[in-house]
Amino acid sequence: MLIETHNLRKTFGDTVAVDSLTLSVGAGEVFGFLGPNGAGKTTTVKMLLGLVAPTAGEARLLDHRPGDPAIMGRVGFLPEQFRFPAWLTAGDFLDVHGRLYGLPAAERRARIPRLLARVGLADRARSRLGEYSKGMMQRVGLAQALLNDPALVFLDEPTSGLDPLGRREVRDLIHELRAAGVTVFLNSHFLSEVEVTCDRVAIVKRGRVVRIGTLAELTRQTTEVEIRAAGLTAEVVMGLERWGRAIADLGFGIADSASPIRNPQSEIRNADSARLTLTIASEDVLPEITGYLVQSGARVYAVAPQRISLEELFMRVMEEEE
Amino acid sequence: MNGLRGSVEIARLTFLEARMRKMLWAILLLGAAFLILYAIGFHLIYADIREHMSGSAARLLEPTNFFVMAGLYAINFLVVMLAVLTSVDTIAGEIASGTIQTIVTKPLRRWQVVVGKWLGLALMLGVFTVVMCAALLLIVKLIAGYMPNNPVTAIGLIVLEGLVVLTLSILGGTRLSTLTTGVVVFMLYGLAFIAGWIEQIGSVLRSDAAVNVGIVVSLIMPSEAMWKRAAYLMQPPFLRELGFSATPFGAASAPSEAMVVYAVLYTVVALAVAVRWFNRRDL
Ligand SMILES: Nc1ncnc2c1ncn2[C@@H]1O[C@H](COP(=O)(O)OP(=O)(O)OP(=O)(O)O)[C@@H](O)[C@H]1O
Ligand SMILES: [Mg+2]
Repeated sequence: MLIETHNLRKTFGDTVAVDSLTLSVGAGEVFGFLGPNGAGKTTTVKMLLGLVAPTAGEARLLDHRPGDPAIMGRVGFLPEQFRFPAWLTAGDFLDVHGRLYGLPAAERRARIPRLLARVGLADRARSRLGEYSKGMMQRVGLAQALLNDPALVFLDEPTSGLDPLGRREVRDLIHELRAAGVTVFLNSHFLSEVEVTCDRVAIVKRGRVVRIGTLAELTRQTTEVEIRAAGLTAEVVMGLERWGRAIADLGFGIADSASPIRNPQSEIRNADSARLTLTIASEDVLPEITGYLVQSGARVYAVAPQRISLEELFMRVMEEEE
Repeated sequence: MNGLRGSVEIARLTFLEARMRKMLWAILLLGAAFLILYAIGFHLIYADIREHMSGSAARLLEPTNFFVMAGLYAINFLVVMLAVLTSVDTIAGEIASGTIQTIVTKPLRRWQVVVGKWLGLALMLGVFTVVMCAALLLIVKLIAGYMPNNPVTAIGLIVLEGLVVLTLSILGGTRLSTLTTGVVVFMLYGLAFIAGWIEQIGSVLRSDAAVNVGIVVSLIMPSEAMWKRAAYLMQPPFLRELGFSATPFGAASAPSEAMVVYAVLYTVVALAVAVRWFNRRDL
């Protein structure tokens, strides 16, 4: 495991920024860390890098104490607050940081122009950072984070200041990093970005991890199945409720007392093919449901699991009470 | 990166910053302007005095000494100002802006960052002090053929005063904001300055209480005491014997050698505490 934390906790006075965080990130993973503003994402990254001392708990990075110089040469970091010295040119800035990484001069000379080109700043290498726009500053910060060919990169909202093209470029960059076996810890609010780049995701809320898993696992946990079948009676539909909550196409719950199809014997209108949505706990029950429907004499056209989007999941998680 | 190399990289960065922000040029140009002005002024006045006091070389000694002490005192003051102004923002400012985050997450230890910044600034300040003092003494030597006693020790003491102030300012920056640190260090300097006077006058009036107040404040802030000792060592013996300082810049009695040792220890301890505070702080 490249990153491991155990009951990591940080309080600032009365504010609990991170509350018993336990997670691990393996080599080569692209790990997405999601949560609303103030959830403790930045504080977590800072604890993992040794910038902030935990109040309690433990964190290990590449099997060392966070911040240990023995490993920091293999770690890259783009801070959330990407402010860099205004008096340096982009080229000098990267050279300074290359030196701090202990990179020999030849390597710095070879890598810096390549990285500047990679983040789209090749023609601005000689401009002072003070003249840079916000997005350009973020790009140069990204180049800085990759300067040492890191094994592990922390990106704290790397696209917050970028234009749509820049976002696309960062997405491609993360794909490249993954292909090269680099582990990425990504804090982001852009769920679509996380959805296409991350292998595994944790959703944090008030300093606690409330969901963690691969994207597939998370979006499968609460799955909706769309069922299209003919010859369904209301009784059969009500029988479905043992697996989850069924919603007819008309927008009401089947079991609602006010439902117009309470009468168990009546066949649902539009007998040719009814469409209903069933919210189930896991996909594992799909064969059972299909079997039940067939045995009840329904003619099944489709039992199609509907993955919810990460955004929908995020919203649901945020609405949940403690 | 081993200990020395990391500190040297950070020291190099402070030097680069001073250069890129044109601070080096400003100091160089204004320092040169100061020396030229001093040379012209001293030359004119010395010629004038010599005309009026023809004959007695001994009588020329007193006004010449006055000019040397005034010039060195001005440099001493510039050194203190520069010590604070160059260092007060170096840590506090980088913490506030967040630029420190990309530095301390490099394969460095935090102490290397503090010591490296101290090293870079101390070196620049030291070179400035030595060059300015030496140039001033050279100007006086060329024009009047006069060299005060113990010039090397005196310059060393002025450098030490600069380092005391510099280190205190770096120490403040690891805990306080830039502005607060600046205010605190200048206030302490002002306090030590006043205490120096209380001690001087107390010793003339043989008031032990006044002398003790001066000593206690010098222990809290051993900056002005270094100048007092430097001034005392530079005085011509016959002026020393008068029992009080002939110029407002001089010293009738000198802080002891123990005070110098104390100032060195003070600097070392302040730097160690700065490292400790910086180590423990969330960035
Ligand atoms: N230095 C600090 N002093 C006091 N409170 C802090 C400090 N840093 C963070 N906090 C608090 O800790 C909590 C978590 O902050 P953090 O910056 O980690 O959130 P975040 O998840 O990164 O939010 P965002 O999405 O806005 O970046 C917040 O309530 C914040 O007010
Ligand atoms: Mg944040």
